[in-house]
Amino acid sequence: MNVHDPRPPGASGLSVRDLAVNYGPVTALRGISLDVPRGAVVTVLGGNGAGKSTLLRAVSGTLRFQRGGITSGEVTLDGVKLSGAATSAVVARGVVQVPEGRRVFARMTVEENLRAGALGARDRRSAAEARERVLELFPVLAERARQRAGLLSGGEQQMLAMGRAMMACPEVLLLDEPTLGLAPLMAARIAETVREINAQGTTVLLVEQNAAMALSLASHAYVLEVGEIALSGPAAELAASDEVRRRYLGVGGDAGDPPVRPDGAAVRRPALSRWSA
Amino acid sequence: MSTFIELLVGGISVGAVYALIALGFVVIFKATEVVNFAHASLLLVGGFVIAKTHPLVGFWAALLLGVAGAAALGALIEFAVIRRANVLSHSVLAIVTIGVDLILVTELTRQIGTEVLALGDPWGSDVLQLGSVNVPATRIAALVSAAVVITAFLLAFKYTSWGVAMRATAEDSETAALMGVRRGRVSMGAWAVAGALAAVAALFMCVFPTPGLDRNVTAVAMKAFPAAILGGLDSTGGALAGGFIIGITESLVGGYQEELSFLGRGLGDVAPFLVMIIVLLIRPAGLFGTKELARV
Ligand SMILES: Nc1ncnc2c1ncn2[C@@H]1O[C@H](COP(=O)(O)OP(=O)(O)OP(=O)(O)O)[C@@H](O)[C@H]1O
Ligand SMILES: [Mg+2]
Repeated sequence: MNVHDPRPPGASGLSVRDLAVNYGPVTALRGISLDVPRGAVVTVLGGNGAGKSTLLRAVSGTLRFQRGGITSGEVTLDGVKLSGAATSAVVARGVVQVPEGRRVFARMTVEENLRAGALGARDRRSAAEARERVLELFPVLAERARQRAGLLSGGEQQMLAMGRAMMACPEVLLLDEPTLGLAPLMAARIAETVREINAQGTTVLLVEQNAAMALSLASHAYVLEVGEIALSGPAAELAASDEVRRRYLGVGGDAGDPPVRPDGAAVRRPALSRWSA
Repeated sequence: MSTFIELLVGGISVGAVYALIALGFVVIFKATEVVNFAHASLLLVGGFVIAKTHPLVGFWAALLLGVAGAAALGALIEFAVIRRANVLSHSVLAIVTIGVDLILVTELTRQIGTEVLALGDPWGSDVLQLGSVNVPATRIAALVSAAVVITAFLLAFKYTSWGVAMRATAEDSETAALMGVRRGRVSMGAWAVAGALAAVAALFMCVFPTPGLDRNVTAVAMKAFPAAILGGLDSTGGALAGGFIIGITESLVGGYQEELSFLGRGLGDVAPFLVMIIVLLIRPAGLFGTKELARV
């Protein structure tokens, strides 16, 4: 399939074109194209194994850690190629990822985790400022500064992981399932913080399974299925679409949604392709 | 009693030197998960540079050159061999380091030949008399120097950006990369630091009561290896503890050889390995380690 989302050429922001990724013999992504305009929140939805984390790895250049690689296509930031660069170069260009599962440095203190986050910052002098901003976003991190990160609760670890990424003063923040395994109240807090971070000028690419939350934050959304984009469009439109409501929002337990077909996962891609935006 | 104290002081001093070497092993292992069997060659190069340059530039400058030389060699091995070796397994890399060690040690022993090179240290064969206890000045110098170097290392490891990057990479290299940490730099830095530590260790391994630098110095690195392993290959604290345990064990067992003769001769040389095996039987990851050696 070939879902191009025609935007004005040369538009600023993160752009993925015809991306295909393999892990050895396994093809994880094929022909993915998507755009994250500067200043926007864009979300990528999809079930387990759809390729969401793979997409973020391709952007950050960490595929080689998983013995994977880009086989075709490219990622650009403001029209300048990003794919192929070392991860440190991607970070230096302001694209910073909060990985799935938080991955805080458990044996280091909260303070040291934040220091680690600032290692790749382009401007060391701004580290103090960044720190102030991070502690404003997540006051709990200041209280726990000297505690080992491994001892934090799941929600606190997520805040630390996000705070750590913000220490690099990112222009584009990549979030991989930030609400994974969090209670609704904590998930709502994280969502609120994402909104706040975006309001302060950071572009956000949000990968989520929690479709209700993600669609409420994002302006534009893509649905990934078995390595391809099955659906895309303005978030509000997707939130209103029957397919998405049934397959993602219904399962998400959103009270307002009629769980029409609990076995919705059985509906295969052909039914969805018409949703190409 | 004074014999015991003499042996103990000697053991602690030698242990401090082992700790320097073991710390190098551990730093490399933490940064790259490679067990570095080329450590002996770093030691030998450090000692060799000191021995060859001290008549020309004086002892202290020679020491600096030796430290810089071994650090540079460490960085070079990382850059030229470890980083290029595009292999999947860390055990293969460990075997690659054996090859590197073989080449370097062969060349250096050829250079040294049958000579015993003096390192030109200022302590000579002075013996300090503290009450009824006699301690060679070199032992005190080793202890003090090792303490200073180890303290400096630990402070750097804890507080500098290099230390934070090192520890982050050791804990989760992929996530550290996401922070913009360059793995190559961290790994090269680790090899350089290990080289520098090995050079300092080489100095104190080759001064009184040892006659000087000869080809047998590499055997010393092999004793620091059990120190690193019994402490836990990924634990800096473990390297220190392991170094002292091995040093003291070796000194006491060697000193009381006569009384222990029913256990056989040369027990002092074997003791470090015996201690290592006993510790590993009880704690497979070493005293303070988190990763079992089986995973290497
Ligand atoms: N390291 C790897 N080696 C081989 N295959 C992999 C690897 N990582 C992921 N895959 C495969 O690539 C596909 C996409 O995986 P990915 O982790 O990107 O999915 P995801 O959408 O992030 O899933 P989840 O929601 O469970 O995190 C899956 O089929 C998965 O099995
Ligand atoms: Mg994932």
